[in-house]
This record gives sequence, structure tokens and C-alpha cells, in this order.
Amino acid sequence: MTRSRLHAVCAAALVVTLATPISAQAPTRFGLGRAATPDEIARLDIDIMPDGTGLPAGRGTSADGAATYAAKCARCHGPTGKEGPNDVLVGRLPAEGFPFSQDPTLPHTIGNYWPHATTVFDYIRRAMPPTAPGSLTDEEVYGLTAFLLHANAVIPAGAVMDRNTLPAVVMPARRYFTPDTRKQSAGKPRP
Amino acid sequence: MKVTRRELIAGAAGAMALSQTARSEAQAPTDPSKVRGKPPRANGERAATAKVQRLVRGGTSSGTPHQDLMGTITPSDLHFERHHGGVPEIDPASYSLLIHGMVDRPTIFTLSDLKRFPSHSQIYFLECSGNLGRTAGPETTPGQLAGLTSTSEWTGVPLATLLREVGVHKNAKWLLAEGTDAAVLTRSVPIEKALDDALVAYGQNGEALRPEQGYPVRLFLPGWEGNASVKWLRRIDISDRPFMTREETSKYTEPFADGTSRMFSFRMDARSLITHPAFPTRLERGWVEISGIAWTGAGRIRRVEVSTDGGKTWASARLQEPVLPLAHTRFRHLWEFTGTETIIMSRAVDETGYVQPTRAELLKLRGPGTTGYHLNPITGWVVQADGRVIYKEEPWA
Ligand code: HEC
Repeated sequence: MTRSRLHAVCAAALVVTLATPISAQAPTRFGLGRAATPDEIARLDIDIMPDGTGLPAGRGTSADGAATYAAKCARCHGPTGKEGPNDVLVGRLPAEGFPFSQDPTLPHTIGNYWPHATTVFDYIRRAMPPTAPGSLTDEEVYGLTAFLLHANAVIPAGAVMDRNTLPAVVMPARRYFTPDTRKQSAGKPRP
Repeated sequence: MKVTRRELIAGAAGAMALSQTARSEAQAPTDPSKVRGKPPRANGERAATAKVQRLVRGGTSSGTPHQDLMGTITPSDLHFERHHGGVPEIDPASYSLLIHGMVDRPTIFTLSDLKRFPSHSQIYFLECSGNLGRTAGPETTPGQLAGLTSTSEWTGVPLATLLREVGVHKNAKWLLAEGTDAAVLTRSVPIEKALDDALVAYGQNGEALRPEQGYPVRLFLPGWEGNASVKWLRRIDISDRPFMTREETSKYTEPFADGTSRMFSFRMDARSLITHPAFPTRLERGWVEISGIAWTGAGRIRRVEVSTDGGKTWASARLQEPVLPLAHTRFRHLWEFTGTETIIMSRAVDETGYVQPTRAELLKLRGPGTTGYHLNPITGWVVQADGRVIYKEEPWA
């Protein structure tokens, strides 16, 4: 081992020690906690991935969702999803492009800003309505998701949303999102 | 109006309590050395004449009143709060954390399980990514401008320890952290951060977390935007892909002038803020200690420069040692106020050489319509000839 490699290894060891502040004698396992049963996991595991992993059984169309929306959502998001007073959910951009950086008045909606259709289902089921979070049935959430996607002209009237069709919906804003490319290196401001 | 006997008694008791407080404030003895003081008590309180408060903004956040604080540690009850479904009440005896997904042993940990693991304590700042008061007028305090950053000593078990315990798979790349608040808030976090310095924290400034900070257990990601440090943590799902939750797509993303939007922009960039003199202070002529805080998600603050002539010249401020990584650093700079109107400002440089930008530099890249996330512009305070100090947004000239 060369001297500089030795230095590199020591430096690496130091970094590991600092980042993981456990003594060298620590065991890899402490035997704490207890095994989670498949049932216990299923009860809590409500997240849905862009490929549809996690979506439950059930289905819904825009027509199914319209009545639920009017009864449980319109009060805060407006009769058509555009009027508020809370977050504007419906609205498309007139033309090509993604002019959010230039226009502070442009509302970010499901139709013009959300990159994944599965997020609509996931978010509504976990958090809406705020007055009774987690109270909607999966069928209701499929209907509401279809209603909002249709209101945003992302899916046609009558389209059935279920665990197979929802992940296949391509959202208009999808291609505009980019990962963080800031580097840790020195240099000019990279805001 | 008919008043019941009980109301009358309650009212009288209330009035009595009030008048007693008022008396104890107003009637501090002229010579305290001639009066025996108060007996010991189980819980200390701030001096009645030194009350400080968070600034509550709407129903979802409150900010740290930086203009009222000194040093670097934020008192726990003044640590900023931001939540999406209110502050939940959680019984620590029935609390549990589930870790599952790409692991050998899906496991449920109770609070006492978590506390039995080797622990780690470290002083870190925590900042909301939307920490720039946007409706700021001249009468804006430092707390209104940037109250959504605070510094505490956090204690917990390194997430790396828990991931080893459950046998995280080699090809795992992301995890989902989920809260048990009414928003059941979720964020995707890269596994490298989990294996680096992430904590599953249960302590804050020497005691249990405050409810607003996630009691009994939260995720803590040093240097990263606060929203990702999921509070009231109930579940961690390990995966090889991000989950694309609402909080990392619809929210907490930044449109750029080139017509794109940046996602997963976790790191908070360097920023500094003069906390004195600032609105609503009124300065006397003479020597003034300009003082403030600086912080960066990239590590340590290397330098803070202060200008007392509207940005024409800059001098290096003194940094309070020790300068800790990923924590507020106090800076100070002596200046003589002669009664001439000027603008004072500060700019932070971090250990990577990153220089805190001007608002113009930020907006050039981000565009005027960009969201309020990750905006860290240099802040200027106008010191008027009569000593009044007011906030002024760029352009300063
Ligand atoms: C009591 C008022 C209220 C009701 C009723 C309500 N919402 Fe909301 N909704 C809100 C608020 C407030 C937010 C923003 C929450 C936040 O930012 O944390 C929101 C956010 C949302 C969002 C995310 C918006 C975005 O752009 O990120 C969706 C989607 C949504 N609601 C759908 C629904 C649906 C569907 C219903 C009916 C089942 C519903 N809401 C009922 C108040 C309400």
C-alpha cells in the first residue's frame, strides 16, 4: 500500500467514524424491535408509486367522482376546482411551454404542474378532506382522481381509473421536471 | 345579562391572578437585596419582563423571533413550526415505528426500543425551504423575513444503525418517510443520506422533542430542507425508486427561468441575516455591534462579510467559535453610527466557496414567478438618519 493510499484509507475510515457515530465494538445487530407481520405492514403501507405499486382494488370514472367532489371537496376547492378558496386543482396552460418561472399569478394545478397521476390518488386518500383525513373509500378516491384528471383534460370522459389504467396516464407536466444538479464544489452562486 | 355565581367567582379569581402578575411585574422592589426572593420551583420560567414569542403566521406555521435572540441556540419553545395537518397528540406508550420494504427483517420499534440503541447528539440548524417572507414591507422584522430557521441540539439514533438492524438491501436507493399527522406527510429520501448523518431523533435541547417538532420521534436530515425531516415518524418504506409524493412534486419544487422545474433539491444553501440592528430597533449614535446568524447546508460557514455602505465595501465579520457544521453561526461586526443614512447588509461564504447571492442573481436563474422555495438572498436594512431601521428589498440604490 502506498503512503498516499494509506492516507486515503485513513481519511475514509475517519469519515465513516464521524458519519456513523458508533464505537468499533458495536455489533451489527442489537436484537431490538420485533418482527412486523404482513398484516401490520399492510395496514400502514398506503403509499403508491408512479408505476402503480400499492394501488388497491376498485375503480371509478369522472361521473362517479363528480357527486363526491360536490359533497366533500367543492366547499374548499370551488365548484369546478378552479375557484378556491384553497388550492386550485384544475387548469391547463394555453400553449406549449412551462412558464411558471415568469408568471407569479399562474396557479400550479394537477393538469399543468403535477408530474405523476398516481400522486393524485395517494395524496387525496391520505390527506383529504382535511376535516376528515383518511375517511374516503378506495372507490371514492378512484372516482375523485378520475374526476380531477378529466376536469384537467388529461383523460376523456368515461375513462375508468383503476390500478392498471391510472399509472398509464401521462401527465402534461411530466417532462419539465429535472433533478437537482447543484454540486458541493466551490464556485459562483448556484441558486 | 345574568351572571351565575360560578362565573362571578371565576371572573374574580381571574382578575385577582391578573392583578397579581401585573403587581409582580410593576412592583419589582427598588432594592432587591433587601427582600427575600422566591423559593425554588419545579419548572423555571422566563423573567416576567423578558417575554418572547414566536410569530404565528396563519394556521400552518410560526417563526423564530430572531430579533429577540442572541447566540446560536434557539430556545425549544421558540423553534419554528410548520405543519400540514396540525400538531398531532401522540401517546408515547403506543408509539411505534415500522421499517419495511427492501429489508431482510421488517421490524416494529417502540420508543423504548429506539432509546436503547446507541445514541448521538449534535447541534444542527433546521430550515424550511420556503423561508423568505414575501410580503415584506419596511416594517419587517428578521423573524418575519427568515423565522423558519432554528438551531437545536438533537438527540436520536442514527438511521444507519436502524437500517443495519433491519438488514437493508444492497440495491436500496430511496426510502419513504411517513408521519402520523393528519396530512400523513410523506417524503422520499435518498438512501445515501440515511446512511450518512440522518437521525431518528427523540431529543431536542436536552429533553424530549417539542410536539411541534415531532414528539415523540422525527426524522432529522442535517442541512436539508425542513419538510423532508418528517415529524411524528411512523413508517419508513425502503425502495429502489423515489415515490413522487405530493410534497416533492406539486410542492417543494422550484421553477427555473429555462422552463424547467427542479425537484429533490434538498440542500439548503448558505445564508446570513443581520438580526441587530434591524426593524423595529431605533439606534442611538455611537458604536453599534452589528450581529446576526449565518448557516449553510453544505457544512461550515467560512466567512461572513458585512457592508455598512450599501454594498460598496465589505469587511469580514468576527465569527463566534466554535463554528459548527450545519448549525447557526453567530457573526459580529463593530460599526460607528454617525447619524448618516446608510444600508447595512451581510453575505455568507461557506466552506465550499459558495457565496450568498443577491436577489437579482437568484431571480435571473429562477425567474420572477418562481416559488418561494430555496431563496436565500442578501438582506439589507436601511439605517435612517434618525436611527430608525427598516427593511428594504433589492434594488437598494
Ligand atoms: C376544509 C377545506 C378542504 C376540503 C373540504 C378539501 N380540501 Fe383539499 N386542500 C385543502 C387545503 C388547505 C389544501 C392544502 C394543504 C397543504 O398545503 O398542506 C388542500 C390540498 C389539496 C390537494 C393538493 C393541491 C396541490 O396543488 O398540491 C388536492 C389534490 C386536494 N386538496 C383534493 C381534495 C379533494 C379531492 C377533496 C374532497 C375529498 C378535498 N381536497 C377537500 C382544503 C380542503
